[in-house]
Amino acid sequence: MENLVTYIHDNYLYGAPVWLVGAIVQFVIALLLLMLFVAPFAGILSFLERRIAARIQDRIGPNRVGPQGLLQFLADGIKSLLKEDLIPRDADKPLFILAPYLVFLGMFTTFVALPFASKLVVADLNVGILYVFATSSLTVVGLVMAGWGSGSKWSMLGGMRSAAQVISYEIPAGLAALTVILLAGSLSMQTIIANQGAHPWQWYIFDNPFCTISFFILLISLTAEGNRAPFDLPEAESELVSGYNTEYSGMRFVFFFFAEWANLYVLGAIMTTLFLGGWQIPESLYKASAGMASWLPQIVQLVFFQVKTMVFVFLVIQLRWTVPRVRIDQLMALCWKYLVPIAFFCVIGTAAWMIILPDGSETVRYLLTALAGLTIVYYFYRVVYQLRVTRSELDFNPLV
Amino acid sequence: MSGYLQNIKEAATSIFEGFAITLSHMVRRPVTIQYPDKTPRPVSDLMPERSRSWLRVEMDTCTACLMCETSCPIDVIKITVAKDPDIGRHMSGFDIDMAKCMYCGLCTEPCPTGAIHFIPEFERAAYSLEEMVEHFIPEGGKVVPFKPPKKEKAAKGGDDASEEAPEEGPEESTEASA
Repeated sequence: MENLVTYIHDNYLYGAPVWLVGAIVQFVIALLLLMLFVAPFAGILSFLERRIAARIQDRIGPNRVGPQGLLQFLADGIKSLLKEDLIPRDADKPLFILAPYLVFLGMFTTFVALPFASKLVVADLNVGILYVFATSSLTVVGLVMAGWGSGSKWSMLGGMRSAAQVISYEIPAGLAALTVILLAGSLSMQTIIANQGAHPWQWYIFDNPFCTISFFILLISLTAEGNRAPFDLPEAESELVSGYNTEYSGMRFVFFFFAEWANLYVLGAIMTTLFLGGWQIPESLYKASAGMASWLPQIVQLVFFQVKTMVFVFLVIQLRWTVPRVRIDQLMALCWKYLVPIAFFCVIGTAAWMIILPDGSETVRYLLTALAGLTIVYYFYRVVYQLRVTRSELDFNPLV
Repeated sequence: MSGYLQNIKEAATSIFEGFAITLSHMVRRPVTIQYPDKTPRPVSDLMPERSRSWLRVEMDTCTACLMCETSCPIDVIKITVAKDPDIGRHMSGFDIDMAKCMYCGLCTEPCPTGAIHFIPEFERAAYSLEEMVEHFIPEGGKVVPFKPPKKEKAAKGGDDASEEAPEEGPEESTEASA
């Protein structure tokens, strides 16, 4: 790292101060790493979503481009790049052009504070979780801009709905995150993870019953904030053509979808960080991997983090094909009548819990973990039951 | 308040069940058949038993009665019958223009031996109309018509006679009533 900085300084930027060159080099490397991670990830996620959707509907899904259709997203991307970039005559041109980048920026900047491993984080901000919530709701500015700038009533309605929805759901999301912040006593993502353990009963989700409830509240709120089904009212295709992105074409259109899928990942990462112990790995595994190579623990932590995140990504994708879209009044009723009061109740409950039991209760932790385990077992039993009732054979093979 | 809690309970349980149903669908084999490249069995086996696809004539049971040719509403079938001093009455050509065929199946019905019939095969697209004409007798070939054995013929003839009589009866009566 230092060699690289001195090399660049001596050969290319001799007049500039060394610290500035170092900062620029670090910035560029971080940017490249994130860009190289996010861009293919959003693409592969789009493939994954289409494939999961297809299998849930007893179809096959994309399987033509590349092995098993894995390169479908590249083909789609190239197609979109080559498309004509249309701007409607009645559009508010600067807003129309700016909007997709704002949406993309809002999603992308959240990746800066996501803790992938104990040392693998671009910036461990001391207001980390606040920063993530703030930047991810920056997208609403872009969405409203797109809705207004398009000069079309469908886009306008989509933009307005998205504003109403995202702003409303910020409240339960913030309150649900507050329970964890209370427990951790910190806003920093790394500190929150460090306060949890590797084992399920050491996670914040099982710390007390209120945390378990706020886990679900946060999951619902973030799904709604990311405009994911069943809360995808801003782009409800059966009502609003395609909502705020109706008038967009080509690469600008892709930016919206890019942001949507990146947001799916951010959702999983936030949930993992706050409730599922983030990158925490068992002590024995840490020592074993550290014995082999000093950087290996970071990779193991990264894998743990990604696996946990992918569970949420999968759940949210599955939710899309399980539940029908809610009506706008149902959406608002869910937020203001159910999530907000319950979230307040959970915050107060957690605070009271911390006063009554300053060190938490081991028994409650184990009980909640066992309960969750039983629920998961029952869930798989119900899946098997469904297969048996419909007399269909289990065929897990994802390759077709 | 009880309604409020009831709503939460219903939402939670129904979404839970919904998740179980969607996951159970995800671990099933897709019903899609990837037609041209990957089929579980050969395509002709996948077709229904009585599907009307391509016509075939079994030349060794064809009696050259020309029933199919006359029954064809659009003159798809062309049979050339000739007489030869050596082998007598024979067919020198049996052509079916599949590009013209409308798959009505009227030719298969009057065939006394079932020589002309549909086969469950349909993937025979061609680049020219000439290629779509099927020649069941090669150029210059001569096929002697099939003659049903005498004994069987006599028995069959008796059957035919007994069958024909009641068959004609109702037909006439329906015509009369109409």
